[in-house]
Amino acid sequence: MNYLNKYTRQQIWDFLAEIPDPEIPVITIVDLGVLREIEILPKKVIITITPTYSGCPAMKLFEDEIKKKLHTEGIENVELKMVYSPAWTTDWINDAALEKLKNYGIAPPVKGSEDKGVLFKNGPKVVQCPQCGSNETELKSQFGSTACKALYQCKDCLEPFDYFKCI
Amino acid sequence: MTQQDALINYCLRLGDTSLILGQRMAEWTSNGPTLEEDIALTNISLDLFGQARTFLTYAGEVEGKGRTEDDFAYHRNEREFYNTLLSERPNGHFGDTIARNFLHAAFLYHLYSALTKSKDDKIAALASKSLKEVTYHLRHSSEWIVRLGDGTVESHQKIQDSINDLWMFTGDLFVMNEVDELLIKEGIAANLNEIKKLWDNTVNEVLQRATLKRPIDGFMQKGRLEGRHAECLGHLLAEMQFLPRAYPDATW
Ligand SMILES: [Zn+2]
Repeated sequence: MNYLNKYTRQQIWDFLAEIPDPEIPVITIVDLGVLREIEILPKKVIITITPTYSGCPAMKLFEDEIKKKLHTEGIENVELKMVYSPAWTTDWINDAALEKLKNYGIAPPVKGSEDKGVLFKNGPKVVQCPQCGSNETELKSQFGSTACKALYQCKDCLEPFDYFKCI
Repeated sequence: MTQQDALINYCLRLGDTSLILGQRMAEWTSNGPTLEEDIALTNISLDLFGQARTFLTYAGEVEGKGRTEDDFAYHRNEREFYNTLLSERPNGHFGDTIARNFLHAAFLYHLYSALTKSKDDKIAALASKSLKEVTYHLRHSSEWIVRLGDGTVESHQKIQDSINDLWMFTGDLFVMNEVDELLIKEGIAANLNEIKKLWDNTVNEVLQRATLKRPIDGFMQKGRLEGRHAECLGHLLAEMQFLPRAYPDATW
């Protein structure tokens, strides 16, 4: 069998677009921008991904899920490549996914916001509460339930919520 | 010394430092002063382990003898570790940990910033990845330094004592040898004399804001370049390396 005749890049891209993030199942690895490259060779398919955080435990799962998915689609020989440059940024999360995050109860990253500053910047100025839409929210902790999130609380509805922080 | 030997050693320094500091932070698991802080400290640990893995893996690639990240982490003795002396300091109380993390994060922040321009593409890529994470670590610890320093009389005194106690280990961060010399010439490594100036500025700015005094430089303990460590590293390694050494067949 020759993979080149059998699959197109878009097809494989679509297969992988069905793999959900293990921590945030409403978005996929394609939404996140973790999937970087697909290369189809006659006898092999090379998938290039990039980690969100260096220590993100989901990366191993992503690798396993990608292989599993492609195996079920008939692609046996899959090589996974990890690239570190350019480093992943929350700016790569697509707009549809930002909306999905919000509906799921996670405040999406405020793009280009000043929480990329180093010293004494308490996150972006306005993080909207995903529950009630209020702009009156405060940062409780820069580190939340996973490496990619910070913990906020809404001053209006008093609900705590996760904020997908910018990197 | 060949450039290859120098590069292996340089990667081990970066990888070991993240690994040992990451292991220290992991000791905070379930011991944090509040739930939020517990999560923050262990998230920082996770970032550091991730960084350690990439640098140790790269050391193995450069060496080309098939050694993996696990071989480096679990099957070397303390004299073969090149982590900074500051990274191995015991956690002490929360203020001691914050002081150590702050002095260290300020160092890594400026080091990684410089290394993003390294002529070794892999080092540059790993540094730009690590920099994003260390930026959060620096912010976390510096905000605590200010909160504790500019807090109560007791918190002020405690965090000042912590800074004072750790100061003698900061000189070791900036020592260089022929490895640095060779790699700086090639545009791969960062000149630590330059990093020291930037570190001074950051440390001074935060201490001032925290109403704390910068200790006067006295005797500086050194040894990371030769793998000379304090006794505490041996205890840390004994715990970290026990399982793979006792059960060599164990797999993840
Ligand atoms: Zn609300």
